[in-house]
Amino acid sequence: MPKKVGIEVSLAVSEAVCAADVDVIPAYPVTPQTHIVEHLSELVADGELDAEFMPVESEHSAMSACIGAAAVGARTFTATSAPGLALMHEIVFIAPSLRTPIVMVIANRALSGPISIWNDHSDIMAQRDCGWIQTFAENGQEVFDLIIHAFRVAEDPEVLLPMIVNMDGFTLSHVIEPIELLSASEVSQYLKPFEPQLVLDPKNPVTMGPVGVPELYTEARQQAESVLNGSKKVIVRAWKEFAKLYGRSYKPIETYRTEGAEVVLMTMGSVTETAMTAVDRMREKGIEVGLMRFRLWRPFPHEEFRRAVRGIKALAVVDRAISFGAQGGPVCSKVKSALYGAPYQPQVFGFISGLGGRDITVEMFKQMVKKAIRYAKKGEGPVYELIGVRER
Amino acid sequence: MIEIRVHGRGGQGAVTSTELIALAAINEGKYAQAFPSFGPERRGAPVMAFVRIGDTPIRTREKVYRPDIVVVLDPTILKIVDVTTGLKKDGMVILNTSKSEKEIRKEFGIKARMAPVNATEIAMRHLGRPITNTTMLGALIKATHVIDVESMEEPLKKRFGRIAEKNLNAMREAYQETG
Repeated sequence: MPKKVGIEVSLAVSEAVCAADVDVIPAYPVTPQTHIVEHLSELVADGELDAEFMPVESEHSAMSACIGAAAVGARTFTATSAPGLALMHEIVFIAPSLRTPIVMVIANRALSGPISIWNDHSDIMAQRDCGWIQTFAENGQEVFDLIIHAFRVAEDPEVLLPMIVNMDGFTLSHVIEPIELLSASEVSQYLKPFEPQLVLDPKNPVTMGPVGVPELYTEARQQAESVLNGSKKVIVRAWKEFAKLYGRSYKPIETYRTEGAEVVLMTMGSVTETAMTAVDRMREKGIEVGLMRFRLWRPFPHEEFRRAVRGIKALAVVDRAISFGAQGGPVCSKVKSALYGAPYQPQVFGFISGLGGRDITVEMFKQMVKKAIRYAKKGEGPVYELIGVRER
Repeated sequence: MIEIRVHGRGGQGAVTSTELIALAAINEGKYAQAFPSFGPERRGAPVMAFVRIGDTPIRTREKVYRPDIVVVLDPTILKIVDVTTGLKKDGMVILNTSKSEKEIRKEFGIKARMAPVNATEIAMRHLGRPITNTTMLGALIKATHVIDVESMEEPLKKRFGRIAEKNLNAMREAYQETG
């Protein structure tokens, strides 16, 4: 196995993209994603990566160019953050419909306002229903691995869907830590050249992306939904093969010290590691608490989730975004709806925290667990609550 | 796990110094994490950067609130920032100053263990500029032994290329000078 090197996580993203030997990178820089595209343009300019780097004039153009590139059969990558992702919004929905297997890294950042460059999940939650496969990483190694995995899944002939790898802006993107970088030749054992099923080719003209008249639109959307749901088996299979080759394994839902747990924290992204430390400290004191995190956010792993919560009394779900007016966060809402009608239903308590770059500390996780234990005993708690709000 | 907080002013290389420490520690086979205090930092304004070093994987993404070690690159910071905030009881302040330990204690009421070194003077002699981030690494390593001083050579060479040698010499002199 390769040795761990100290590297900024953003640069490791670029190295993963380089090892995946991409063909086209249309991108526009935006904080905190900037170092990724800067380094990619360097790698291309230095001849280390034989790819077309397209410095486009906006993210709307970036995603449009990505679709065009993938449609002619190019392995395609881009990266962005909140305002850039928002500007892409219109085109983001088109990519799955055209079955273009683009891989995009989102350095998650809060959507304004007030203007914030810092980390939360409001950007990706605003794209929740875009039809892309979406995974979450909690450290630099996972970001690297999930990017390689994303190309493999996206380009699988059974899938052919675009894929988003989420990594927390700043909290991951700007951190230097030890990461095992796989070389291009190591990655080539796992990731074969992209073989597109249908390409734009002047010699054999086809039309991609025509109008979906009412007679066709429903069927097209039904297909998009069914291929996304069906992608889960390919996603899981690709993780298993990844583990066989490189020794690191991933699952749609991953658990930590959930055995005998009364309360289980549910997280996504880099706060998971801090939450693990909180779990360790509480376990030392005899509090029966565990942790569960969604690695795969879309397609939502319904069956795995229902299986994972069996025997757990209460879930403390941590959201990094507000679903305005919905009384809670998007993850907690999804968790509740996934449990509706399930044979076993733990109590669910929603916590929103870590908005716009505010830390979620070990102490805050402890606070959430204590609250959830108290509410569970009482049999009721608030519909949701914000944790870590400064007293006025 | 050891947690370090570096105070400096924007442009003085506080972030770079934390990166270099982390890279050296990782090269030694340790686990490490280096990150800036994220934000729209401005040249000349007080900034902070953080490092964690451990023998096992580091599983926290909090900012450093309870440092074991505080490094102060710029003596003028002491007048505007309480650099000992959150410092652990047996923690230590590694300080760039031309004053004596006694004078500093009297002026700023710092009670924690302290390792003063005149890094500005050393940096001026070796680099010709009052940029003390690499010099202070020598003081930090001598006072705390978080990493081996020779482990800094590779990251410094990689980062600074042809001016690496000057930085290494400044670092080594601060290493010698620090008590």
